[in-house]
Amino acid sequence: MNYSVDANGYYGEFGGAFIPEMMVPNIEDLRENYLKILEDPEFKSEFNTLLKDYVGRPSPLYYAKRLSAYHRTEVYLKREDLNHTGAHKINNTVGQILIARRLGKTRIIAETGAGQHGVAAATVCALMGLQCVVYMGKLDVERQEPNVLRMKMLGAQVVPVLSGNMTLKDATNEAIRDWINNPVDTHYIIGSVVGPHPYPDLVTRLQSVISEELQWQLQEKTGSPDPDYIIACVGGGSNAAGAFYHYLDNDSVKLVAVEASGKGIDSGESAATMVLGRTGIIHGSRTMLMQDDDGQILEPYSVSAGLDYPGIGPMHSHLYKVRRVIFEHATDDEALEAAFRLTRLEGIVPALESAHALAVLKKRKFGEKEVVVVNLSGRGDKDMAAYMNYMNDHQLF
Amino acid sequence: MNRINRLFQDKPGNILSIYYTAGYPSRDSTVPVIKALAKAGADMIEIGMPFSDPMADGPVIQSSSNKALKNGMSLKLLFDQLKNIRKEVDIPLLLMGYLNPVLQYGMEKFCSDCAMTGMDGIILPDLPLEEYLGESGSILSDFNHYNNHNHHNHHNHHNNPNLRTLFTLHNLHNIFLISPQTSPGRIAKIDSASKGFVYMVSSSSTTGTKGSFTQEQISYFGRIRDMKLKNPSLIGFGISDHGNFSAACEYASGAIIGSAFVKILSETKDMENDIRKFVEDIRGVA
Repeated sequence: MNYSVDANGYYGEFGGAFIPEMMVPNIEDLRENYLKILEDPEFKSEFNTLLKDYVGRPSPLYYAKRLSAYHRTEVYLKREDLNHTGAHKINNTVGQILIARRLGKTRIIAETGAGQHGVAAATVCALMGLQCVVYMGKLDVERQEPNVLRMKMLGAQVVPVLSGNMTLKDATNEAIRDWINNPVDTHYIIGSVVGPHPYPDLVTRLQSVISEELQWQLQEKTGSPDPDYIIACVGGGSNAAGAFYHYLDNDSVKLVAVEASGKGIDSGESAATMVLGRTGIIHGSRTMLMQDDDGQILEPYSVSAGLDYPGIGPMHSHLYKVRRVIFEHATDDEALEAAFRLTRLEGIVPALESAHALAVLKKRKFGEKEVVVVNLSGRGDKDMAAYMNYMNDHQLF
Repeated sequence: MNRINRLFQDKPGNILSIYYTAGYPSRDSTVPVIKALAKAGADMIEIGMPFSDPMADGPVIQSSSNKALKNGMSLKLLFDQLKNIRKEVDIPLLLMGYLNPVLQYGMEKFCSDCAMTGMDGIILPDLPLEEYLGESGSILSDFNHYNNHNHHNHHNHHNNPNLRTLFTLHNLHNIFLISPQTSPGRIAKIDSASKGFVYMVSSSSTTGTKGSFTQEQISYFGRIRDMKLKNPSLIGFGISDHGNFSAACEYASGAIIGSAFVKILSETKDMENDIRKFVEDIRGVA
């Protein structure tokens, strides 16, 4: 089975580049150059040096002894939460800023939901001395103030988006509109494996460092590069794409993607695209999409601002369709419970997004000797408000 | 003959095409706006199909789309509203919008309903040329479904089923956009795939950007004019008054006005009169 993107930007029937003509020159420029740049030894060396010395890679693979005992299986955590800026997002922005420079761009735009990608983009712009504009839904600006302040301190301009429902989907629309209006000097750093080709492939490749490291780290720790399972949360799907990438052709490794089902699949407040969506087009990509009967895109819900995207990367839609990846979902409550379990058993406060992946340890049955890797995509500092509410509700103080 | 071709044949210049959003300002204003525009002397009308995520549109059309959706607008309702329009209006009518609602409606059903209601053309800014021509090897599944059921040989690569075949079957012209950044080679390809006219986006922008033309825009208009395309062209995006309408008409067969007109609709108390006045103002009738 071939899981790679084809020459036209498709993963099976998903993907493509459904973009207005005004975006074509920029997308073509990127499409014609991204592989050349990624393979250029000078780029590789610069990228790897930054990942090592600036991001702090390799991120550790940690055997979670007490969590393993609790779940009666062998749990390893891939510690993307220990990266600079606190999540996997920086792997992508470091790579894309180097590409932007090689394409001669001087201005960077980005969209953000919870603010993690916005912070990662603002960070590399500060590092490279490039102008940075981050689009963020007005609701998210209000909900995620600490990250807004971080972006501002880093020198980025944060533009609150007032269109639509004023969240991630609308921030993405607004970033696309900015790019249409600034076609010459600007590069758009998309934060996930979504959008028109070549973005899904580009972001997947930049995040694939996660599974590249997993192979040798598992070899060292378990004597085999192959775990039995890899579990990752999915909104757009960039951390999952990175954690799965080098294992896609290895059928002995079961890959589990976890979507956010919010207040429950049937509650009307959910972000489980694979369960609730059908094929459509969002942000230039043909993929699974939450939409109404008339093809209007629906506003998803999750307690985690990084998972409430109504679509999903086209590669994931394909992996779902050909049954290479198992799709699970976890509710707000299941994720919150898993977050507290990890915190109290291992002393690690996970991001709410990553907590959805952890929740599956309880929802699925794993063998006692099975090696289960959970991609801990980010740390939980940004989610303290939600965690405090949970503590109050459950009298955990 | 398709009414778009008839228009350009009968009237080589100063063509005024107006865009507005169906179901705006109220659910039932779709048809009255068309009739008022035709009566006021607009040459062509682009009927906007509202979408939740209009990525090529500025704030005015975003907001009219939102309002139209809140008014209960849908493609099904639109075709129902348009079913008798050809008994009253004979100028070219086009539907303009985004691909997803059309795909969900079903490409084949959409085209046949367009033909049934007498539409002449379609503008889908997020439908790329390559997808339209079937070159990117993608499958617009609804259309493929249609082909399978009609026993077309969809494995025959020399006769690759594509949207062009379907549109042609229903005598619908698909209108493509070009921008100042579009390369000469791509413009030639777009021109050769086009029927009706080529939609020249006046600057690299979303809809509704304003002001008089810059020297850079004027030189882009001149460059396209000098390419002597096989299709006539209309200039759109950022055209809002008599001044830039007439300037556009010096370089193209005419111009398209959207946001400036939608703004009038949002403020009007006497629609028919205000529409008449708007068209007169644009044309510069004293």
